[in-house]
Amino acid sequence: MAEAERAARVEYDMGVVRGFTIWALIWGAVGMAVGLMAAIQLAWPEANLGPIHFGRIRPIHTNAVIFGFTLGVIFAGSYYAVQRLCRVRMYSDALSKIHLWLWNAIIAAAAASLAAGHTAAKEYAELEWPLDLAVVVMWVIYGVNFFGTIAVRRVRSMYVALWFWMSTILTVAMLYVFNNLEFPVSAFKSYSIYSGVHDANIQWWYGHNAVGFVLTVPILGLMYYFLPKQVGRPIYSHRLSILHFWSLIFVYMWAGPHHLIYSPLPDWTQSLGTAFSIMLLLPSWGGMLNGFLTLRGAWDRVRTDPLLKMFVVGLTFYGMSTFEGPMMAIKTVNSLSHFTNWTIGHVHSGALGWVALTSFATLYYLVPRLWHTEMWSRRLVDAHFWTATLGIVLYVTPMWISGVTQGLMWRAVNPDGSLAYSFIESVAAIRIYDVLRVAGGAVFLSGVLMMIVNVALTIRRGSAAIPREAAPLAPAPAAGGR
Amino acid sequence: MAHEWHRRLEARQLTFAVLAFVAVAIGGLVLLIPPYFLQGTITPLPGVKPYTALELEGRDIYVREGCYTCHSQQIRPFKTEVDRYGPYSLAGESVYDRPFQFGSRRTGPDLARVGGKYPDSWHWIHLRDPREIEPRSNMPRFDFLLEAPLDLSHTRKKLEVMRRLGTPYDDAEIEGAVASAQAQLAKLADGLRAGGMEISEIGGRSEGLAVIAYLQKLGTGIDWRSRGATEGRTADAR
Ligand code: HEC
Ligand code: HEM
Ligand code: HEM
Repeated sequence: MAEAERAARVEYDMGVVRGFTIWALIWGAVGMAVGLMAAIQLAWPEANLGPIHFGRIRPIHTNAVIFGFTLGVIFAGSYYAVQRLCRVRMYSDALSKIHLWLWNAIIAAAAASLAAGHTAAKEYAELEWPLDLAVVVMWVIYGVNFFGTIAVRRVRSMYVALWFWMSTILTVAMLYVFNNLEFPVSAFKSYSIYSGVHDANIQWWYGHNAVGFVLTVPILGLMYYFLPKQVGRPIYSHRLSILHFWSLIFVYMWAGPHHLIYSPLPDWTQSLGTAFSIMLLLPSWGGMLNGFLTLRGAWDRVRTDPLLKMFVVGLTFYGMSTFEGPMMAIKTVNSLSHFTNWTIGHVHSGALGWVALTSFATLYYLVPRLWHTEMWSRRLVDAHFWTATLGIVLYVTPMWISGVTQGLMWRAVNPDGSLAYSFIESVAAIRIYDVLRVAGGAVFLSGVLMMIVNVALTIRRGSAAIPREAAPLAPAPAAGGR
Repeated sequence: MAHEWHRRLEARQLTFAVLAFVAVAIGGLVLLIPPYFLQGTITPLPGVKPYTALELEGRDIYVREGCYTCHSQQIRPFKTEVDRYGPYSLAGESVYDRPFQFGSRRTGPDLARVGGKYPDSWHWIHLRDPREIEPRSNMPRFDFLLEAPLDLSHTRKKLEVMRRLGTPYDDAEIEGAVASAQAQLAKLADGLRAGGMEISEIGGRSEGLAVIAYLQKLGTGIDWRSRGATEGRTADAR
């Protein structure tokens, strides 16, 4: 009993969670607005304004949505949950603050430096070496703070969400360091220590797992914590969680070469990449099922609770893109899909459907609890859900059609064996889909703006200042029964 | 229960973290280490030469402007692809490429063998406004590159760094890096002017010219244009 009383007196640090919540939303809106700009530039090239053209805009988009928006939500969610799951305050308030502001400074500097053309040109690792160093420092701070909190925890077992975040911290550190080894020429320019095929091999080992350990594994951590919380019952199966976790992180790391199929990379690495990509379907769907089955008996609430709708549709898109991905890793399919808009469709069904919806649900869970009030408008949350879903459909469907169109036109031949279409004919054929994507992106972005208004009004109504926060009365949803 | 052992693991953060790290490290070790040691065995093809100082500067601008976000440089071994772009890409062709530029998108056509496809003047006009050449193109205008003087202050350092990393530049090439870049610029500009193009003084030493020098180099490591696209290769090899 004394133990429980002590636990009840813990003062969690919610300031840092509030900080990450607000900034994740801001970077999300910025990053998606820039994405919309990129989409507009593809549809109407007149929208390229001198040096602010697609080639520089696109990396700003990917960096802002992945490292600004998505990481911000992961930081907010994991800082919120780790304190509750460990029943202690964050290991170090100072580290939390430094983490928040260093991260913001990095994202702002990243946007500015990419706009100025300082880039290492490796997808999702574009930042030049001084920023790389700052990222490493920031990540170590997060790691020390997070593991430190776990080390002084007052709960014996680490709940499954923590496993996902722990492995994220370790894996991203390894990936980031090895992929970014470069030799400086000046403060703004460096050359990769790897060249050609080896550079490609390392890059896609990183690139695939950046997708894996930023857009998937830590988001699963959010799902494992916030979905059971919102449903109010424990995760369906602890045994499935164990299987899911270990097989997912092990298999993920082998799949990188599916980005280099039919490239000059040694054949055996490509085949390994394909084989492990197909295997990846199983752990992915295991995790999806664990989420879905957590809802068993509560499905009626999914109809009325917008947060559960977001989680459910998010998981559905997770299932879809982790089915599509393994298919695209098969050589014959990849020979059609590679280099086309099909990849872009796949990316955004994962990024908008799975990552963004799960992130929105997480933030909607957090905001009322961080500012101690109800959401300003629940109907607006519901409207956001529908807007987002419509936006995804409007974005992804045209990309699929356009990708297959490109793939088929590039390989079409006349009866005499000559190429049936010039390249520019394939550009002209997909223009209509580029325009539709602009519409989809605009709809999706308008949902984000609704969210920002709703959150801002909620914050104005609520108050951060409740000096001591009681520990949750009921124990955190630990492992399920079977 | 079968997963009792795991319950014990869940209480031990250090062991857990170590095991998780091992689980993710294995795949990386298998996929990265053997090819890395094969690096020595990927030798440049006989015709593949390091970039000249100007081509290297042009390449850096190509990277800076994110041309790779729309253009791949990797021809796959299919007949249709070889017919469209030229012989498929070989490992020995990209040994001097830091960073690699295979790309992942083809919003525009592959550029791995664009070298020699068009005259310099075509590229000049195309960079100035792609729609002057192809009205349906959605490539941005890069006219600003044609008016920006090329900065040669880091050229020598760049070659030095490349040599440290393994590109076989000799002392004379490093010493003469800037002079060689200026000479190649002058040659390009003279060629354009001789063809009747109006090239301003700045245009004659512009970033755009460096990009053109780089583009003209691409894929010329094997002499295929004179031989015809598919001669001597099994185009549909895989
Ligand atoms: C928004 C996408 C986009 C970007 C960014 C882009 N291009 Fe293009 N590029 C295209 C398209 C589409 C075509 C085909 C139509 C045309 O010829 O303009 C093309 C064609 C080309 C061609 C002719 C290829 C051939 O075989 O006919 C060259 C050369 C070229 N681009 C160079 C560049 C360079 C250099 C850059 C960077 C400074 C660049 N492109 C940036 C889209 C892009
Ligand atoms: C309003 C919403 C969005 C719009 C309009 C949008 C638009 C775009 C556009 C136009 C591209 C370039 C596609 C191309 O090269 O042809 C792109 C690429 C990309 N976007 Fe988005 N995007 C949005 C949201 C997001 C979000 C939320 C994420 C991630 C969480 C994301 C991740 C990516 C990634 C990873 C790529 C690169 C894909 C690749 O290299 O294959 N996007 N986006
Ligand atoms: C089982 C799981 C998955 C597998 C096997 C898989 C496989 C693939 C394949 C084969 C490609 C195409 C590579 C190419 O041809 O260039 C790809 C691209 C991509 N996928 Fe997945 N995918 C999976 C899940 C996901 C998820 C959940 C996301 C989350 C957003 C995602 C994000 C991406 C991105 C961003 C790219 C584009 C990379 C680039 O070219 O820049 N994938 N994936």
